[in-house]
Amino acid sequence: MKFQRVLALTKKEMKKTVREPAVLFMIFLFPIVFVFAFGASFGGVGGSQPAYSIGVVSMDQASLVNASQILLTALSDTNILNVQVYGDNQTAQNDLSQGSIQGVMIIPSDFSQSFASYQAAPNDPNLWTNATIALYLDQGSLVATQAVPPIIQQTLTAITGQNQQAYSSPFSLETASLIEVNAPSTFDFMAPGMFTFASIFLIMMVAQSFTQDRENGMMKRIRITPTTPTEFMISQVLSYSVIALIQAVLVFVMVYFMGFTPDVGIPVYAVAFTLVLVFSLSNVGFGLITATISKSSGAATGLSFLFVLPQLFLGTFVGSSLSSAAQVAGKIVPSYYVTDALTSLFLRGAAITSPAILLDITVVSIACIGILAVGIILYGKYYKI
Amino acid sequence: MMIESAITVENLVKKFEDVTAVDGISVQVKKGELFGLLGPNGAGKTTAINILCGLAKPTSGTATVGGYDVQKEPEKVKELIGVCLQETAIYPYLTGAENVELFGDLYAMNKETLKKRRDVLLENVGLTGDAKRRTEKYSGGMKRRLSLILALIHNPQIAFLDEPTVAMDPKSRRDVWGFIKRLKKEGKTIILTTHYMEEAEELCDRVGIIDHGKLIALGSPEELISKNKVKNLEEVFINITGRKIREAV
Repeated sequence: MKFQRVLALTKKEMKKTVREPAVLFMIFLFPIVFVFAFGASFGGVGGSQPAYSIGVVSMDQASLVNASQILLTALSDTNILNVQVYGDNQTAQNDLSQGSIQGVMIIPSDFSQSFASYQAAPNDPNLWTNATIALYLDQGSLVATQAVPPIIQQTLTAITGQNQQAYSSPFSLETASLIEVNAPSTFDFMAPGMFTFASIFLIMMVAQSFTQDRENGMMKRIRITPTTPTEFMISQVLSYSVIALIQAVLVFVMVYFMGFTPDVGIPVYAVAFTLVLVFSLSNVGFGLITATISKSSGAATGLSFLFVLPQLFLGTFVGSSLSSAAQVAGKIVPSYYVTDALTSLFLRGAAITSPAILLDITVVSIACIGILAVGIILYGKYYKI
Repeated sequence: MMIESAITVENLVKKFEDVTAVDGISVQVKKGELFGLLGPNGAGKTTAINILCGLAKPTSGTATVGGYDVQKEPEKVKELIGVCLQETAIYPYLTGAENVELFGDLYAMNKETLKKRRDVLLENVGLTGDAKRRTEKYSGGMKRRLSLILALIHNPQIAFLDEPTVAMDPKSRRDVWGFIKRLKKEGKTIILTTHYMEEAEELCDRVGIIDHGKLIALGSPEELISKNKVKNLEEVFINITGRKIREAV
């Protein structure tokens, strides 16, 4: 293999990206404009609301009345929360960071005492023993952070026997974040999906590039040189990986500028960028599959949406905001796992070596390399490189 | 491993389903010879060239280029040949010089040699002044001339020129003829396909006339004209087939 050939073809592809206005727009400007538009104006997330799994760690030292048990029963009766009891806070926090549960509620040691004090003198707050319930929420789920606190607050009010509108009780709810995100907003929850989103459009670019080169005879011209199929494909993968990396950097700069500033270290960013790069391989693969089944560059543009749309809708803005059916369907697209990993890393505070992240990386790596291999084999079979 | 016969084709057949594009062609092209493949559009000229370049597999028969079997050793053949395709295939977003450099790199040329040869070839076809312009702004004739350079940048021993002057204005065509003559003087073996009979008469040492995939005449233009007792190759074709070459599609 001659590196001179690989480098020359890679440089050629990079020049195309920079010099062709349509390519430049789709690959670089569109994601930037998209991030800006969403960052500036996105106001809500649709989708049906599934049940939320809440971990409960009870430190309550019940004496006469077991108030924590009353609370747990009341929470379960809401039919919105799926309550899981944990023996210790650390285990519950680990599950929260892996996205297995959407919140962790810590019932304090004086909760039953507080409940009893309220029952003894419901109309005299001066005699109440106040108790604070700590609530940790999944920062990767917009709906969980918005929906779970009011449900718990209402349940706390309800177990005192008061009217739902009355908030005079000895219990207070305190939410805490595992990862500090400045000024959390709707955009913060969507930001991890933006990285994946940008890369997905490589599918269209690769499909168009290959079909155009076929149409105008360039593929034939390259085939009559000593360039080997391996050299050619390496140059393509290399150039689109560079493009994906530049895309990821631009999107990162843009989301940072729009206020997404997770407090994570450089290793987390390194893993995130590597994931996006590996993900871009699957998009090159999907692009090659599209180019194989497309007779012309025009057809390639349309057919590329067969792969773009599922990845876009099922995989980029994953989380509790999607319907349960969409969440299940999302697991068939690689973008789901990339976004899930980035959400866990940036918003849930998951460690790089945690099981959820390792699982996502494994699935993404196997799927993406497999899709790339299928793309190369199919294209090579029907259109010689 | 060069031998006296630069190209040897024996009983070459290429079928596309029920259409026989090349039908039992046998011919030898000598080293340094400028050989013309003549015939109307669809006669099988380009299919024959594609087989010799390794772009298509023959249905039967054999072909060697520079002593190498095109099916068994296509990599060796590709090192020896330069091909000017019928399609004007150049990258529109690259400049003329960048296109030339890219193909020089694909032939793994030394950088210094590549630069020198690039400049010489651009000068020879009159594109030096436009070398730094993107080719999307080139005229059709300029693109054809650049396409010719891409085929010859690595200084191949054997050149396949498939309709190199098609759709060119008379002046550009004369310029390209001059360029091809210089290549011949350099000792290169050239296979030229064309349906312009005057082009063949002007340039070729020998010609093979193809019709419906068959080689219907072979010899020097003078021999064929003399043998058929006509004035030019156009009339040779009419004499043999009963049709005019540009009507016979």
